Amino acid sequence: MKAALFTISILFGSNVWAVDSLSGAVEQQALNIPAVVMFLIFVTATLGITYWASKRMRSTSDYYAAGGGITGFQNGLAIAGDYMSAASFLGISGLVYLSGYDGLIYSIGFLIGWPLILFLVAERLRNLGRYTFADVVSYRLEQLPIRTLSAFGTLAVVALYLIAQMVGAGKLIQLLFGLPYHYAVVMVGVLMVMYVMFGGMLATTWVQIIKAVLLLLGASFIAFMVLKHVDFDLNTLFEQAVSVHPKGLDIMAPGGLISDPVSAISLGVALIFGTAGLPHILMRFFTVSNAKQARRSVFFATGFIGYFYILTFVIGFGAIVLLSNNPEFFDGNGLLLGGNNMAAIHLSKAVGGDFFLGFISAVAFATILAVVSGLTLAGASAISHDLYASVIKKGNSSAKQEIRVSKIATVILGLVAIFLGILFEDQNIAFMVGLAFAIAASANFPTLILSMYWQGLTTRGAFIGGFTGLLTAAVLVIVGPIVWVDILGNEEALFPYKYPALFSVSIAFLCIWFFSITDRSKRAENERKQFEHQFIRSQTGIGAHDAADH
Amino acid sequence: MSAERYEQVKQNPQFHQLVKQRSRWAWSLASIILIMYFSFILLIAFSPAWLGQSLSGGVITIGIPIGVLIILVAIILTGIYVYKANKDFDRINQEIISEIKQ
Repeated sequence: MKAALFTISILFGSNVWAVDSLSGAVEQQALNIPAVVMFLIFVTATLGITYWASKRMRSTSDYYAAGGGITGFQNGLAIAGDYMSAASFLGISGLVYLSGYDGLIYSIGFLIGWPLILFLVAERLRNLGRYTFADVVSYRLEQLPIRTLSAFGTLAVVALYLIAQMVGAGKLIQLLFGLPYHYAVVMVGVLMVMYVMFGGMLATTWVQIIKAVLLLLGASFIAFMVLKHVDFDLNTLFEQAVSVHPKGLDIMAPGGLISDPVSAISLGVALIFGTAGLPHILMRFFTVSNAKQARRSVFFATGFIGYFYILTFVIGFGAIVLLSNNPEFFDGNGLLLGGNNMAAIHLSKAVGGDFFLGFISAVAFATILAVVSGLTLAGASAISHDLYASVIKKGNSSAKQEIRVSKIATVILGLVAIFLGILFEDQNIAFMVGLAFAIAASANFPTLILSMYWQGLTTRGAFIGGFTGLLTAAVLVIVGPIVWVDILGNEEALFPYKYPALFSVSIAFLCIWFFSITDRSKRAENERKQFEHQFIRSQTGIGAHDAADH
Repeated sequence: MSAERYEQVKQNPQFHQLVKQRSRWAWSLASIILIMYFSFILLIAFSPAWLGQSLSGGVITIGIPIGVLIILVAIILTGIYVYKANKDFDRINQEIISEIKQ
């Protein structure tokens, strides 16, 4: 990876979401043989699992929810896997490398939604739903409008997330493996379609688990080597980092990540509520057998994610200490090769040589593959389970038909993802993950939480409020500083804040509330009446779908 | 039929006790998390210098242990809820279900 000039330009400091996507021009590298070999081992193993899973797939429950047979511990790892994307591993450690403490703020924001999901959402979600979160929202509301809304919310989040991951995958593979961008995007697309189409949720979950374990092991090893380098004395680590970092002592305190209180709170709202509205994450709660396992899932997930974020903090500081004075990792202009997001990758070479560099590169690729598979499955399920089976066929389709539609949807999503991945190669995609979180927080989360907690919710309120939230989030991102100024090149943003969630979430809740309480229809009356039984089921699990269903 | 079972559960005082107890725990723990997180965020917005002051004369600032502590508290609180739910809520829930007349 030496002596090449390439930059991944990232708007650090100006936009927290930039961390979760790799963007900018990248130059292809020489073929990295150990990385390719290790990645091929991963692909072979996961395709083997997919074959095994395909043999066991008989019902819709197997396809969407792995037959409900995943344990809390396994699911905790899978959730952590879904959440620890390659770009967040490289991005957070890169952010710590660049500005120190700010990376920790970012990590905390991403973690803090998890305890809340446990306390307020996880058990009820499992007790009420079956395959998708739309099952829960539409439990006592009218199927057609609510499933349509949820499917839109799901597909919007999935599409935005997929584009960010596909582009990131292409760039990363160019960098790490020395393969051309288009090959990489097509390969990711084809593999994810195979996992999802043939192996369903069972294969997707195991791909996720394997990747999570590899990533945690790899990151643990890097962090261990960093600590060994400073004789396990954190004070030495920080002292050395401060002495070599251009920003000096400033890396030990909050910097420019968050500037004003409104942005700060708005970002917090997006992170917390967005996490609880991500369709591919919510779907994981239906893969366990009951509410107890759902609870355990979140406990393990929170533990793994928290541990992982502490590791990335150590890795970022380790990169400052171990890379800064080593010309091998810098270009002629004194910039880190491949940009700051490559800090963890370079560090893996510095502490473990070429072999370990290959390992971490393969893990990074595996990570992308696992995350896009989870996203694709969530998107395909929204199409087949929510739109096809419930809206178009009104619940009168057979399991076989539904799975077939899901498989077709998977192929289409794969093609769309490849197409968009190529289309967006040279675009600034830094805003996309932020927009995905904003939509999840403004459309999916308010309808989901109110359906479980508020008797007064009606179809009209959820439908109007949910779509208002979705559109508000999208419009505010477009006219905000990131897209309006940075991408479209206008002088001044029409909406001054980078993170719209505080506003779009508030508007969504307000609209849902207003259009529910003013709903005097017979249907609304009926929906309010049904809340009591729904509530008892959500609390006790009586009547909940179990593993052997269908 | 589920509806009949729900009607029976509704009459069971234990159910209402379970709901009360569980929501008290859930909301208390959730409040701790929310207050902790938003205090942290507001500290960053309003007085980053406070978080940036030295912990004990060295380079480590107050902000570092606070940040790590928030992560640990988040993990510990999820552990507490799971422990409490496994120990008490599930047991009460099981009793409620077993009291339903078939």
